[in-house]
Amino acid sequence: MKLTNRSKVVSNKEMTLAEKIYLPAIFKGMGITFKHAVRTVMKGAPAVYSYPEVQKPRTTIWRGQHVLKRDEEGRERCTACGLCAVACPAEAITMTAAERTKEEKGLYREEKYASVYEINMLRCIFCGMCEEACPKSAIYLTDRLVDVETNRGSFIYGKEKLVEKINERIDITTRQSEKQKNAVK
Amino acid sequence: MDLLTFKLILVLALFLLSLTIAAYSTWAERKVASIMQDRIGPNRAGPFGLLQPLADGGKFFFKEDFTPANAERFLFVLGPALVMFISLITGAVIPWGKSLNIGGTSFDLQVANIDVGVLFIIGMASIGVYGIMIGGWASNNKYSLLGAIRASSQMISYELAMGLALLSIIMMTGSLDLKVITESQTTGKLWGVIPWVSGMNWNIFYQPIAFLVFFVAALAETNRHPFDLPECESELVTGYSTEYSSMKLGLYMFGEYVNMFISNAFMVVLFFGGYNYPGIDWVTQHWGENTAGILSVVAFLAKTVIGILIFMWIRWTLPRFRYDQLMHLGWKTLIPMALVNLIITGAVILAFAN
Repeated sequence: MKLTNRSKVVSNKEMTLAEKIYLPAIFKGMGITFKHAVRTVMKGAPAVYSYPEVQKPRTTIWRGQHVLKRDEEGRERCTACGLCAVACPAEAITMTAAERTKEEKGLYREEKYASVYEINMLRCIFCGMCEEACPKSAIYLTDRLVDVETNRGSFIYGKEKLVEKINERIDITTRQSEKQKNAVK
Repeated sequence: MDLLTFKLILVLALFLLSLTIAAYSTWAERKVASIMQDRIGPNRAGPFGLLQPLADGGKFFFKEDFTPANAERFLFVLGPALVMFISLITGAVIPWGKSLNIGGTSFDLQVANIDVGVLFIIGMASIGVYGIMIGGWASNNKYSLLGAIRASSQMISYELAMGLALLSIIMMTGSLDLKVITESQTTGKLWGVIPWVSGMNWNIFYQPIAFLVFFVAALAETNRHPFDLPECESELVTGYSTEYSSMKLGLYMFGEYVNMFISNAFMVVLFFGGYNYPGIDWVTQHWGENTAGILSVVAFLAKTVIGILIFMWIRWTLPRFRYDQLMHLGWKTLIPMALVNLIITGAVILAFAN
């Protein structure tokens, strides 16, 4: 299939004199680079983002750092079933389950919850399988980037980094399918 | 002020100038590359990234200075030092400007006005290859040695073409003295037809073929694209400087930029009228010797910087030659071209001089 009409058929034909002395082709090439240089100087570089200040826009379904969701009443959704850990192809997720006591009813939605929930961000390949596997709509990937750390241990994110803050809720409705939205209720 | 003091000041100024221009060539190289590739380039260190060379130099000093286990230690250190030394020393014979009048005495803006300036520069350029060869051999690394051998064979091949192209200029001027070559380009009728132009009687109008040959040879001589086969990142892992680190590598890269500056200066002297600029005689008569002298230095440096920018422009346009193509171009195209040009020059001189 021909995608563009710019391709040229390569052959072993003898070069013509104009091709042999190289100069016309050299000047043509230099003209092209000069045109680019003038355009960049006049109009500024196209498609350049000055990264830390300006971030390249990411799509709403970008698979970045995970979030453990809370429900409307602020209770953690995760029930530590371990399906995300099973689904994870990189084996990045580990968790320890615990039983909810009566006083903790406002904290956890289900009777069983994850007392420890860790994702190793160095192992994670951001495939989104955990998100698909979760029956409780508890884990989602977001369009946030994982920060740089100075040692390997810091890349193992615990609950304090993963669970969303009660007053800084993260909106993931844009990435939910209709089916998922219905399943949450 | 006596002559010695002036020369000492000139030497110091020249040293600083060469290093500054070389440092800012690295910045300009990256800027030129980026704007030709629709990018911005260094813009974090200072306005427009102008402090980038300082940051780069500082970084070089803080890197680990590593010498490979089986390297020949003395030669390993000698290599980069030689490259830097040779590229700096060639600046001594180039006439950087007309003359300055300080306290009634007129001083030439040239460190050493030797009779055989052209020969000196060509000789020093040949010694320059030793720096690369010694460095490549002392590294005890196959890639370094291959890079060094490529460098030396390339330089030796292109030196012939360069020398032949030079000969036609020397035949025209009748002198090996760079000052005389420059002054022969000051006045006269261009092509003997266009009436009297002051400071524009440049050799390039008489010897375009010699200029072309010399330009290509100069690109090869300074290991610039498209003839940078000695370094060849993709095949030789940067060739002769593979094993070098820290400021030794810095000296190699820096030496290359100083080389580029000097060879462009040399080209300006030979083909672009040196420090001459249009109306130099008028300026000397009306505004005095010192103004003319300073303007001549500015003109010289402007021409040199334009040359350096053209070198960079070529680097970011053309792909690298294959090694056999390089040798074909050198031996089968440039040398015959330079020889034919030499014969024509000789014939014309013979026909018109008598």
